[in-house]
Amino acid sequence: MNSNQIDWKKYLIVLLITTGLFFTAIYLSNYFGNQKIGQLKTIQDKIAIDILSSETQFSLLSELSCKNIHDSVFSTELEELGNKLEWSQDNLGATEEVSYLKKYYSLLQIKDYLLSKKISARCGVKSAFILYFYTTAANCSECEKEGLVLSNLRKEYPELRVYSFDYSTDLSAVTSMLQIYKIKDTELPALVIDDEVLTGFHGIEELKLRIKESFKLQEVKPIKS
Amino acid sequence: MALIGTTIFNILIFLSVYAQVFFFITFLENRKKIVIRKGKITLDNYPAVTIAVPSFNEENTVEKTVNSLLSLNYPKDKLQIFLIDDGSTDNTWNVINKFINYPNIRIFRKENGGKYTALNLGLENLKTDFFGCLDADSFVDSESLIRIMSYFHNDSSIMAVAPSVTVHNSKNFIQNAQKAEYNMGVYFKKMLGFLGAINVTPGPLTIFRKKVFDDLGFYRHGHNTEDMEIAYRMQKNQYKIEHCNDAYVYTNTPATIKKLYKQRVRWIFGFINNTIDYRKVLFRKKYGNFSLFTLPMGIISIFSVSYLFGRIVFNLANFIYTKIIEFKTVGFNPNIKSFIFDPFFINTQSLFFLVIVVYFLIIFSMVFGRKMAEGKFAFSPGMLYFFPVFSIIAPFWLLKAIFNTLLRRKPAWR
Repeated sequence: MNSNQIDWKKYLIVLLITTGLFFTAIYLSNYFGNQKIGQLKTIQDKIAIDILSSETQFSLLSELSCKNIHDSVFSTELEELGNKLEWSQDNLGATEEVSYLKKYYSLLQIKDYLLSKKISARCGVKSAFILYFYTTAANCSECEKEGLVLSNLRKEYPELRVYSFDYSTDLSAVTSMLQIYKIKDTELPALVIDDEVLTGFHGIEELKLRIKESFKLQEVKPIKS
Repeated sequence: MALIGTTIFNILIFLSVYAQVFFFITFLENRKKIVIRKGKITLDNYPAVTIAVPSFNEENTVEKTVNSLLSLNYPKDKLQIFLIDDGSTDNTWNVINKFINYPNIRIFRKENGGKYTALNLGLENLKTDFFGCLDADSFVDSESLIRIMSYFHNDSSIMAVAPSVTVHNSKNFIQNAQKAEYNMGVYFKKMLGFLGAINVTPGPLTIFRKKVFDDLGFYRHGHNTEDMEIAYRMQKNQYKIEHCNDAYVYTNTPATIKKLYKQRVRWIFGFINNTIDYRKVLFRKKYGNFSLFTLPMGIISIFSVSYLFGRIVFNLANFIYTKIIEFKTVGFNPNIKSFIFDPFFINTQSLFFLVIVVYFLIIFSMVFGRKMAEGKFAFSPGMLYFFPVFSIIAPFWLLKAIFNTLLRRKPAWR
């Protein structure tokens, strides 16, 4: 009695359309993913130029005065780049490009660290550094907690510069840093404050005390919303 | 583990997109056949119809229901109304007694036995070639019956015609969300009608040929969804069910989440268990789109929602856990910079685009369903909060229905 025959052609057409939609979605996803990687590259290039320019400026002015060097020298985009890279690793997948960018980022951090240290020594610019070593290879819950502590600390003390390094980064410069401070993968997270190595988790109050002592930093006043 | 999760997720998304595209293509194929009649129509002849109104504790609405039947644009001598009190414990019996003197109304009272028993009492006393039911919480539009009967008139192979059920007097946001859902239901039902794959002949005013009950038997318990069971039985026997989109019936919808939850647990339980009872119909070519599309997609939607729910719970638990850790580690910190919007952080994973496609097609079905049900081609706010309201509560009734099924279907001791 039922005149409804199965229209196989329609099932097939819908299958084709659905598959088409899937591929379009994958294409769009790749397209935007590449755009983001492009954006990351642009930021990195900008930081590289900033650092190079600061170095050059520093060399030029070193014999004269430190007056002009104060604010402009510190690249403000390193933190932003760090956040974006972390997000990309979680959301775009740890593609080769992202891990390559991560290496580059580590290198920029080291350069920034060395330069800032030099400037602060020569010109007496007040600055504070923490080197932070963590791992993404193993499940390190302490590292996650330490990361939270450090990002909070950074918000409270804008002058504090935190440089973070993934232990598993395959880059000779990072390896050298690990060797200099004798950091082992069993003792992560590890912090270097004022040339002193701290391993394992350290709470925010403890670190606050330390950086206050080491760098004489002032807390920012809470932002009123 | 994560890979398995992603694979399942992708498959479910693929099938959901497939179902929505299937409906959309069906719409494009048949859009010219969708007729929305505005004024009164006449028929060459008016077959006699019996409409049974089973009621159990419906003292507040049953009078209005009967009055709506009495004002139907259909010859009075061709319309028989059975008012059946299924052992109400409130004032329903007295209310329906007011209609005792109407020549075309018959009144019955029986011990409470469930809606299907009340309908069967109606069938036992049936003298006409057409039979329908109207729930005592629903009201018919005066043109609904004649429009339904025109379908039977035009095609003798049609065995049942379902109307467009819409929401009566929606007051709060839960009812408004349901209104959007019912609009969507009108669209899907029409499309399933084109596919010959309708799986529910709703309690409010579906009209059957008497032959259906003569051939296939009376109503069954059907896990408290007798209107679904009869549709399954008809599909199994390849009896044609149509949908008359411009026959409007207005139904009262649950006004609270608790009542909605109870209603939906019953519906989903009915779907799961009727599908289990009729499992032999699944994936059989001879049962048509009902077997290859309606039932599989219903099953998939149950899996999708349950799976999505699992994912949401997992993500939420993860989020809360992270926040607790954060709070424990650094305490509550008012110094945190306010959120700055950066388009970089917009999710551009492929799933994101596919979900947009699905949402877009669902909203289309609501808008077009509304056009069919209310004549307005417009967006309504209910369509927006349909998504949060249903995606938060639906998993609970789904899981409860699955849970009930598992408990009930425990293998016997021996």
